[in-house]
Amino acid sequence: MRTCSAMKNRNRLGPSVLAIAALVTAAELPAQVSFDRILNPEREPENWLSYSGTLSNHRYSLLDQINTDNVADLKLQWVWQARSLEKFEATPLVVDGILYTVQAPNDVIALDAATGRQFWAYPYEPSPDARTCCGRVNRGLAILGDTLFMGTIDAHMLAIDARSGQLIWKTKVAEAAEQYSITMMPLVIRDKVIIGTAGGDLGIRGFIAAYDAKTGEEVWRFHTIPGPGEFGNDTWLGESWKTGGAAVWNAGAYDPETNLVFFGTGNPAPDWDGRTRLGDNLYSNCVVALDPDTGELKWYYQFTPHDELDYDSTQVPVLADIEWRGEPRKVILWANRNGIFYVIDRITGKFLDGKPFVALNWMDGFDEDGRPQRIPGMVPTPEGTLIRPHVLGATNWPPPSFSPRTGLYYSAHWENSGIIVTQGQGPRAVGINRRQATMAQVNLEPLFNNDEETYGVVRAYDPETLDPVWEFRMGDITWAGVLSTAGDVVFSGGKEGYFLALDAHSGELLWRASLGGQVNSGPMSYAIDGRQYIAISAGTALFTFALP
Amino acid sequence: MKVRWSGLTALFSLPALAGLLAAGAANAQHATAYDIEDGGRAFELSCANCHGPDGDLIVGIDLGRGLYRRPLTDEEIVDMILNGIPDTAMPPTPRINEQQAYRIVAYMRSIADAPEEVLADGDPERGRLLFQGKGTCMDCHRVHGQGSRVGPDLSGIGLLRRAAQLEQSLLDPAAEVQPANRFYSVTPADGEPVTGRLLNHDTFTVQIFDTDERLRSFFKADLLEHGFVDTPMPSFRDELSAREIADVVAWLASLRGIPQ
Repeated sequence: MRTCSAMKNRNRLGPSVLAIAALVTAAELPAQVSFDRILNPEREPENWLSYSGTLSNHRYSLLDQINTDNVADLKLQWVWQARSLEKFEATPLVVDGILYTVQAPNDVIALDAATGRQFWAYPYEPSPDARTCCGRVNRGLAILGDTLFMGTIDAHMLAIDARSGQLIWKTKVAEAAEQYSITMMPLVIRDKVIIGTAGGDLGIRGFIAAYDAKTGEEVWRFHTIPGPGEFGNDTWLGESWKTGGAAVWNAGAYDPETNLVFFGTGNPAPDWDGRTRLGDNLYSNCVVALDPDTGELKWYYQFTPHDELDYDSTQVPVLADIEWRGEPRKVILWANRNGIFYVIDRITGKFLDGKPFVALNWMDGFDEDGRPQRIPGMVPTPEGTLIRPHVLGATNWPPPSFSPRTGLYYSAHWENSGIIVTQGQGPRAVGINRRQATMAQVNLEPLFNNDEETYGVVRAYDPETLDPVWEFRMGDITWAGVLSTAGDVVFSGGKEGYFLALDAHSGELLWRASLGGQVNSGPMSYAIDGRQYIAISAGTALFTFALP
Repeated sequence: MKVRWSGLTALFSLPALAGLLAAGAANAQHATAYDIEDGGRAFELSCANCHGPDGDLIVGIDLGRGLYRRPLTDEEIVDMILNGIPDTAMPPTPRINEQQAYRIVAYMRSIADAPEEVLADGDPERGRLLFQGKGTCMDCHRVHGQGSRVGPDLSGIGLLRRAAQLEQSLLDPAAEVQPANRFYSVTPADGEPVTGRLLNHDTFTVQIFDTDERLRSFFKADLLEHGFVDTPMPSFRDELSAREIADVVAWLASLRGIPQ
């Protein structure tokens, strides 16, 4: 039994304190979140212990109380309004009835998951040096034991006491004044916390680093751009490796069988003009497989060598064990910003297949090693070039989903194109398509385009054929993630502010809610006392739904 | 938070500042006791980290005594709070609105001429040993990751409280309990009573951090009874000597938070 000294010393205390002492029960301490729990979330589907629910990033909930028959009855349970005008991109964690999330840019919040009422808030004021390319955002937390971990936009990592909201340690990951920032969620592997840095568009040299979860001390660092004397450094012209980007700013995955972590890397810098960095620019636009204990590179695959179209490969890697053309195979499923859906062997890194999932015109096939065959001239020019997909890509960071129950991969993305001209430091879209693929915003925007110009979809794909099985088309594009559930429901949304429930087998619209702000996050699900909830953020608020 | 109206009026009497304060006097004159108390809380949350609890950690500036690098009007200080000072370490404070900024100014003005509080010099190291030993303080309090979470974490208390306030908390803890440290008890209709530090409550629900270090939430409709209870913090007036109290205060005053 835990008691305060005040309670032990009853003889000197007043009646009310005596009453408190009498009320102290022998309840056990709250269970800690061990790595074993994080690794085996199927044992406790009521919780959501990592960014996508599993370290394989399935973003699939085993909860089935909400299903295709009753999802139309979903009712709003509570709304939590952030004290922030930034985009709300974080996916919450839920641990035994406590919901943890981030109020952008970097305030950590603990809420009662049943009522949305606040337990505590840890406020963090980033350095004025903090600079981000695309919003002062954060995509989520990690937890281990009693400790929450968060990267900050001024390139620090914080450890926060999950019970009290107090800071435990703060470590500088990189210099904010040198354009480094962190917007991604950390990845906990055993006793280490792994994180990467954003800032690739601003000329950083990207890296992934691991920190001791107890102390915050750095354990290893893997540079996503090799230094002089290292393999791959000669894929950069001259000194361009020093500021070549290749940032890491979205979720990694972990495979316990191979003991490998997988991260996608960002575009090389400068983004749209590769003349100063001739070469393949390793390891930009790659998936890299690292030993989480040492940071040693085990293999890599480069999706877009020498990228001049800003096709970051920082999508969320989805690990799946599937039947692949007649034999079981351990793969990574990856719908890439460059418009191609890939299947990669996650043991060897071998390219198995790739197929465009949107209209594209920058490549027209692969060589036998999986290297894309570029179409000459398909780069931004001063005169303007029609590029498909647009430089914002066919998809971006929002998390996809894989349902082991249907065997389908679900992703929200969009069809778009743009005439891209280079002008000064960056590209500029011109012509009728200039506003068809804008960055996400908080508030709803009027829609002026027609279906031929651009549109967003939620699509289901068969991983073996890479072909779409169904699609749900939206009027505007989407920066929303996807959740699938054992109730055969797929949840997603988009810039129009609708939160959608679709039939996981057919894509039929089963239910929708208008949330008044753009959906810029991934849905998740949890349960309390046997009641299933669905949570999604939109605009600057977090919404939860459940059956009556 | 003590309200020191004398400090406020004394400041207005200073000839050097009187003219400069004229533009902001309307706001200061309308400051209520609540304004000053609320300003004090906002000062502790937003200003004390850099300026210190007494407002004197920045060289050449002593907010607690009304000394700035140049005389400032209320409006100028409010502008600095809201927008920061370009090319200096003073950042903008976007979470604070203009009304709150004026309350911070009212608080700063109120303490500017307060009498100096003199405490016997204590030995921080002896204080640490008392804190961890005889005082059994860590049964309720936590410092740098060690100790109980039931009471307030004191890792940065030296930045947030003045020595006199620390001493008062040791001698007469019930005299002034910060709102975030109040204790609450609930008795569910179908369970054991639960007591803990109040985190939040509204018309329908209550959230507490219970004595088993759990975050708990209850619907008030499900409770047989609920309400505030006295602080479990005992007085050390008869438990520790004056020397020992001074030592513990010195130790607490030395706690400046997690290294940044």
